[in-house]
Amino acid sequence: MLSLFSDFAAWLIYGLLGLDPDSKLGSSLHFFVEDTTKIFFLLVVMIYVIALARASLNVERVRDYLAGKHRVIGYFMGSLSGAITPFCSCSSIPVFLGFTSAGIPIGITMSFLLTSPLINEVAVLLLLSLVGWKITLIYVSVGVMVGIAGGAFLDIIRAERMLQPFALKAYQSAAPTEGRDAGRQRLSFKDRREFAKHELFDILDRVWKWVFIGVGLGAALHGFVPTSWIEGNLGAGQWWSVPSAVLLGIPLYSNATGVIPVMESLIGKGLPIGTTLAFCMSTVAASFPEFILLKQVMTWRLLTTIFVLLLGSFTVVGWALNAIG
Amino acid sequence: MKQVKVLGSGCKKCTRTVEIIQTVASECGVDVNVVKETSPEAMMSYGVMSTPAVIVDDVLVHSGSVPDRQKVETWLK
Repeated sequence: MLSLFSDFAAWLIYGLLGLDPDSKLGSSLHFFVEDTTKIFFLLVVMIYVIALARASLNVERVRDYLAGKHRVIGYFMGSLSGAITPFCSCSSIPVFLGFTSAGIPIGITMSFLLTSPLINEVAVLLLLSLVGWKITLIYVSVGVMVGIAGGAFLDIIRAERMLQPFALKAYQSAAPTEGRDAGRQRLSFKDRREFAKHELFDILDRVWKWVFIGVGLGAALHGFVPTSWIEGNLGAGQWWSVPSAVLLGIPLYSNATGVIPVMESLIGKGLPIGTTLAFCMSTVAASFPEFILLKQVMTWRLLTTIFVLLLGSFTVVGWALNAIG
Repeated sequence: MKQVKVLGSGCKKCTRTVEIIQTVASECGVDVNVVKETSPEAMMSYGVMSTPAVIVDDVLVHSGSVPDRQKVETWLK
């Protein structure tokens, strides 16, 4: 069914505009039209459907669920719920404090917060439609694993010592949370539809420009950068290409929606999967604006630790995936 | 006079929330004092986890989204 969008792009670019499919501009524009139309179609349909299903899931419920869980299960569930819970990055501070003052260990909270930007329904959807289920599976597993490993590591080094004093105090004097939140009622189908509509506009409003930027970059790469150049200069043989890709991703701040079309293009050009993934995850997860937000509850030492931890794990994962091939 | 606090990290949604409360209040002729509160401690003390959140006369009435008009009217009446 998705070939419809490719056919439409071909009709528009090669037919109507009369561009040559073998020309750089022609193949770039075809990529751009195909991907933007496909992505927006999928976004509108799928965000709505998924929002209907998860209307009753919110951070308060996740907190109540995670409180009192055994650590090992906690990291896994923390990371997993980070992936599926609707949650905007401007809420990271209240979520962090809410979890912490419910006595949830910092590691489990961080599993939630680390995985959250990497995996969400929009990202999975785009991956499935643009790069296929195998790479989607690898991406999701890596995202969840980075969350779990990062969280466990932070508890091992007892990261709570490096919180801001008021946050540490909240953690130490944690109280049970039962009955604290009032917003827990059963939702009618009408409520769900209302929620889904809001969610749809909300997410579209947030991601539309990233789709254009991401697909634009992907299209430029697709049409103008020769495959042989990428294979020759950034192939799996060069060990340094993975850490450089990670470093390059830091200043490039994007969310998952913007980076996935670039990923499609890079993989199509023969960039090894490990290097591609390392670059994309670094772009999405290691972003300065979000780290600066967390400064309100963490000391610089802890922030730097988390940052280095992320960069290190993306590099290791990149090398490992390149080695497996 | 009603005391209204809007808790949030200062993003676009929080600003919109403050605006809508002020608009509705002036339309209904209700006297309100709306303050924006960005400190993490304040959010924690009300147990707020998703922003923007609205506190009317020290009671948490809403959190997680920009409230719609009807909702704001019921708080102010």
